[in-house]
Amino acid sequence: MRYLPNTAQNQRAMLETIGVGAVEDLLVKIPAKARLARPLALPPALAESDLVRHLRGLAGRNADADAYACFLGGGAYDHYVPSPINHMVLRGEFLTAYTPYQPEASQGTLRTIYEYQTMIAELTGMDVANASIYDGASSLAEATLMAHAINGRAEIALAGGLNPLYRQVVETYADGPGLKLRDVPSPEGVVDLDAARRVVGARTAALVVQSPNFYGCLEDVAAAAELAHAAGALLVVVSDPVNLGVLEAPGRQGADIVVGEGQGLGVPLGFGGPYLGVFAAKNEFVRRMPGRLVGATVDLDAARGFALTLQTREQHIRRAKATSNICTNVALCALMATIYLATLGKQGLVRVGELSTAKAHYAAERLAAVPGVSLRFAQPFFKEFTLKLPRSPERVAAKLAKQSILAGLPLKTLDRKLSDCLLVAVTERRTKDEIDAFADALAKAVA
Amino acid sequence: MANVPTDLKYTREHEWAKQEGNRVRVGITAFAQEQLGDVVFVELPKVGARVGAHQTFGVVESVKAVSDLFAPVSGEVAEINAELAQKPETVNQEPYGRGWMIVVTPVDAKEWDQLLTATQYEQFIAEGGH
Repeated sequence: MRYLPNTAQNQRAMLETIGVGAVEDLLVKIPAKARLARPLALPPALAESDLVRHLRGLAGRNADADAYACFLGGGAYDHYVPSPINHMVLRGEFLTAYTPYQPEASQGTLRTIYEYQTMIAELTGMDVANASIYDGASSLAEATLMAHAINGRAEIALAGGLNPLYRQVVETYADGPGLKLRDVPSPEGVVDLDAARRVVGARTAALVVQSPNFYGCLEDVAAAAELAHAAGALLVVVSDPVNLGVLEAPGRQGADIVVGEGQGLGVPLGFGGPYLGVFAAKNEFVRRMPGRLVGATVDLDAARGFALTLQTREQHIRRAKATSNICTNVALCALMATIYLATLGKQGLVRVGELSTAKAHYAAERLAAVPGVSLRFAQPFFKEFTLKLPRSPERVAAKLAKQSILAGLPLKTLDRKLSDCLLVAVTERRTKDEIDAFADALAKAVA
Repeated sequence: MANVPTDLKYTREHEWAKQEGNRVRVGITAFAQEQLGDVVFVELPKVGARVGAHQTFGVVESVKAVSDLFAPVSGEVAEINAELAQKPETVNQEPYGRGWMIVVTPVDAKEWDQLLTATQYEQFIAEGGH
């Protein structure tokens, strides 16, 4: 009871005040059959040192990317998190999950967000980036609402290679404003441009293309942009910013809005979150952009300062007519990304991309050489690819997990047509030994 | 007391309307721009768009608020003030002149008669304006 301020003496005083003899007397109105007639079946309290030992034991039963060779991807990736990130974000000045609520008094926080926005805008090749949104999926859903607000059209065309989980979130968001989702088939792993031309038309608010897409394949973003713009629609590109040290910025390929999951930029896998929703757009659309936006300005003494800007778009001022219901950002994860990019620098980010793609191509070659195993799509890929297996991918993955290899993501529950497929991701963290061991273990598992 | 020209008609949402032949020019009143403070952005419809009386046709954004713009009469947008995209402060400087917003070709002449006169509008803002 040491953390509870109400002592036996307090309780007696309170009971006396209301004229009741005992706490039990307050419960007499509850029917006997609805009451638990025995104490809760809880184990006895542990001493702190015993509790820590107990929790460590439970935590030890988790699989994590340090104890396993992780080839899992599908939206979150085992990129290396440099040590300065943890060192910096744990500082008391920074350690809050929240966006600043008395913003101008938090110049340091605003500055880190401003730098984050600047880096994201540069990476994506866009004019302006916001302070971040919850994750890649919610960023995309907000982008579809934004496209609808910009041109008033009510259909969203989604390329087949979009992460199926993102599609579900878009579906949820689309329900309220009554947006109609239309799918563009991608039978060969990338958008079928002829099919896209038939779907994208005068009613299309935006065409959404993910590149590299969920299957790992690189899309022809420039062709998609041309196609969308010819129909008067916007192009929304879903992009993984950690790849953009090597891959062309979507903004230079014609994207109007760029969104994506920023987890790869120094945010730990963390069993699924919290992650980082990247959101960037062309300047002409800035007043329709959801979320917070930090701007640089000068104060009365002409000294540089930072302020939340264009807040009149936001819910706390514009109420029901706000651009979105998001008045916050994932400030701590955005800070991790900022420190990540500052630590790696331009060359470092290029190196991460080069190593990831080189190792992914080596792994694809080794794995596809296993008898019965092949690459599902004959398309260029970056750090992730889809393997077709001769045996159940679930069983193969379970077998390899016993050898401390997380083989990848079986696609059956996400895409029925690919129930014989395994999605494999390779980051710069994987070693040649790990890849070779994976190939050997796979060969045994499917033999 | 805010400037309320007598040759114009008004809405309770603080737009003014000016008859020009068979068309109606629309802007916001001096009272409205004073209340808003420095205007930083004006969002207008496209030429050819249809607007409805007392329906929103655009948005005016100041440093402290964003407000909807309401059309005094129904009709088709014949002209918009493109200059406001670059110089939104014109709305503060000349609300009844170069700060105009749209020109509408009305479809229902009766709507004109339902707008407030200058005297009625002056009384309306004297009572607080909302």
